[in-house]
Amino acid sequence: MSDLARVIVLAGGLSPEREVSLRSGARVAEALRRTGVEAELRDIDGDLLPALAADPPDAAFPVLHGAPGEDGMAREVLELAGVPYVGARPDACRSTFDKSVAKDLLGRAGLPTPKSVTLPREAFHDLGAAALVDRVTAVLGLPLFVKPRAGGSAFGVTRVEDAARLPEALMACFAYHDQALIERCVAGTEIAVAVADLGDGAGPRALPAVEIAPVGEGIYDYTARYTAGAVDFYAPARISAEAAEEAARIAVEAHVALGLRDLSRTDLIVDQEGRPQVLETNVAPGMVETSTYPIALAAAGIDFGEFCRTLCEVAVQR
Amino acid sequence: MGDDTTHSSQNTDPWRGRYADRAAGMVASEVRALFAVASRPEIVSLAGGMPAVGALPLEEVGDMMAGLVRDRGAEALQYGSAQGDASLRESITEVMAREGIDADPDDVIVTVGSQQALDLVTRIFVDPGDTVLTEAPTYVTALGVFAAYQARIEHVPMDEHGVVPEALDEHLTRLAAAGRRAKLFYTVPTFSNPAGVTLAAERRPRVLEICRRHGVLVLEDNPYGLLHLDAGPTRALRADDPEGVVYLGSFSKTLAPGLRVGWACAPAAVRAKLVLAAESAMLSHSAFAQLAVDRYLRTQPWDEQLKEFREMYRTRRDAMLDALSATMPPGVTWTRPAGGFFVWLTLPEGLDAKAMLPRAVGARVAYVPGTGFYADGSGTANMRLSYCFPPAERIRDGVRRLADVVGTELSLRDTFGRAPASAPDQGPQTPAPDLA
Repeated sequence: MSDLARVIVLAGGLSPEREVSLRSGARVAEALRRTGVEAELRDIDGDLLPALAADPPDAAFPVLHGAPGEDGMAREVLELAGVPYVGARPDACRSTFDKSVAKDLLGRAGLPTPKSVTLPREAFHDLGAAALVDRVTAVLGLPLFVKPRAGGSAFGVTRVEDAARLPEALMACFAYHDQALIERCVAGTEIAVAVADLGDGAGPRALPAVEIAPVGEGIYDYTARYTAGAVDFYAPARISAEAAEEAARIAVEAHVALGLRDLSRTDLIVDQEGRPQVLETNVAPGMVETSTYPIALAAAGIDFGEFCRTLCEVAVQR
Repeated sequence: MGDDTTHSSQNTDPWRGRYADRAAGMVASEVRALFAVASRPEIVSLAGGMPAVGALPLEEVGDMMAGLVRDRGAEALQYGSAQGDASLRESITEVMAREGIDADPDDVIVTVGSQQALDLVTRIFVDPGDTVLTEAPTYVTALGVFAAYQARIEHVPMDEHGVVPEALDEHLTRLAAAGRRAKLFYTVPTFSNPAGVTLAAERRPRVLEICRRHGVLVLEDNPYGLLHLDAGPTRALRADDPEGVVYLGSFSKTLAPGLRVGWACAPAAVRAKLVLAAESAMLSHSAFAQLAVDRYLRTQPWDEQLKEFREMYRTRRDAMLDALSATMPPGVTWTRPAGGFFVWLTLPEGLDAKAMLPRAVGARVAYVPGTGFYADGSGTANMRLSYCFPPAERIRDGVRRLADVVGTELSLRDTFGRAPASAPDQGPQTPAPDLA
C-alpha cells in the first residue's frame, strides 16, 4: 500500500442528481475511511478551489453525477488545480456524457447500440412537429425511448408506446435538455456491466453483469432506481454464458473506445436472441445502496473500500 | 441458462412485502430530487415555506434559554404532562384572543407543531375509508396525514374569497344523499397555504352553519393569522363556534419552527381524547421547548418582533407581486395575499407546472408544482410561490428567471400544440421543510 493519506470526495453539484451524488459520495468517503484514509466530502462550489490550494489532497474522487461532473467540468477544474483524480479525463467525459456522440463513437468501434436519432427543440419548431414526429416513428418504429441528450438517473426519460404520446414525451425531455435522443426500444433483459481497472497491469476488466428486474410495472425509472426494494438485482445476471461473455467484452471495449480510465459502467439490453446492445456508458456510476456498481463489486468479491482506495492510489501514481 | 452459476437475487429492502398499505406512496420522487438542488444558494428558491428566523434577536433568545436552564432546569429537562405546560396554555389563550377566541387554558393541548395536532385529530376521528373534506387547493402535509389514515379525501372548490359555501353545502348534501357523511372539513381560512387567499368575513358564518347542519367538525388550521400584512387580525372561525371547531395554532411562523410548539384548542370531550391520544403518540411534549416559548412570550417584546416580521414579509410580498406584474407573459394569473407566505400562480392553458420544473431549476429558480396540493391530480397548471425566505432582490431575480422559463414553455406549447404530460404522481412532491 502507498502512503495515501487524504482524499477529497467531490459530490453534490447543481444537477437534478445532486441528492443521489451526495449519497454516493458519502458512501465512497465512508468506505475510504474504513481503509484508514482521511476522506473529506466536498461540494463543487466557490469554496473548492481555495480549499484545494490551501491544503492540497493526495487525490480527488469525483462522484458527481450529471452536468458538473460527468460532463468533464469538475475534472477540468481538478486538472487546473493539479490534483490527481480518479476516473476519466475531461475530454473523454464530455464525449461519453453526450449520449449522441458516445453512440457514434461506439458505433465506429463496431459496438452495437439501438438505432436512434438526435433532434434539437428548434427542429420541431422550424420543420413542423407533426411531420417530424411522423418521420421519426416511421423510421424507428414503436415503442421508443425519448431521452435528454445528456443526463442521468432517467430524468426526462419516457418510454413511448403510442405515437400520439411522442410530443408529450419530447416536451418532458426538453425541460431537461434542448436536444432529444429518440431511440428504438429493444425488448430484453436489462443489465449493467461494471468495468474496473485496478492498475495491476491487467487493464480494464468487466465485473459480473448485474441484472435489473424492476418489480411491478417494470420500468427502471427514477423511483425504481432510488427506492429500496423496487428492483430485484441478480448478480450474475440470468443470461446465457455466451451473452454474459459478449456483454463483458462489449463493456470493456466501450470503456476503451470512449477513452475512459479506472472505472465505468455500461448499461446494456440483452435482446431476445441473446445479443447485448449498449444503452449508455457512465463515467461516474452511482454508488448508493441501490446502485449496480457496488453490487457488481460484491459479486466479484472485491471490497468496496479497498476498491476506492486502490483507484485513488492509481490516480496518485499516474 | 446453460451454466451452473448461482444467480443470487438481491433486493435492497429485505422488508419489502411487509409494509402497511399506507406506506405505498413512500417512494423516491423526481420532484423531491429537484428540490434537493433548490436548497443550494445558487438557486432562488420560491419553493420552501421557511420563516425568516434569522430576523430574531438570537443573542437575547440565547440568553433567555440559558436563564431558563439555570433557573428551571430540573423542570425544563423533565417529562411534562401530555396536555402541556399550564402556564404556556394560559399564554396561548392570550395569543388566540387576538383573533377573537375566548378560550380556557384547559381547552388547549400543546403539540409538536400544529402538524401533530392535525395528526391527533385525524387519529381520533377518521377510520380507513371515512371521508374528509378539504378546500382545494390545500396544505399538502394535511393531505399526507389524511392519506396516512387512509381517509377518502374529497375537495370543495375555493375562489379568491376562500372556500365557496354553496359548493360546500352541495357537496355535503350529495354525500348525505349517498348515505355518507364527512367526518371533518379541513380549512386554512386565513392567508391559506398554498392559495394565499382568505375566507371572506361574510362567508365565515355560512361555512360554520353548513358544517353544523351537516354534523361535520371544522378543523381550522391557522398558522399565518398573525402575519397580516395589510389590515388587522381576522376573526377566527373558532371565535364564533367553540363546539363545532377544532382550532390548530402554531408558533412556527410567528416565532421559530425549530421549537416545534403548536397547539389544538378543542371542545372539552374532543380535547380529553386528544390528550389520551397524545400520551400514546409522544408521552409528553418537550418541556424545554414549551417553557422556552412561554418565557419568550412573557419576557420578550413579541409584539415588536411580529411587527418586524410583518414589515419584512410585506416588503417581500410586494417585491414578488411587482415582479410578477412586470415580467410574466400574458395569460399568467396569480393571487394577491393579504398575509401569510404564499402566492398561487396559474399558468396559461396547456402548460404543466410539474413538467416545467426541471427547466426552472436549470434556470436556477424553484417553486412547488400545484398537483401536490390536491388529492385528485388537479393543479397541473398551478404553482405555489413563497416570498417568506429570500430577500426582495432575490425574489425579483427569481421571478424574472421564472418568467423566461414560462416564455420558453409557451413557445414549446405552440410548437407541439399540447401540454406535456407530467409523469404520474409518485412520491412526495413538496420540499422537506428544511429546503427553502
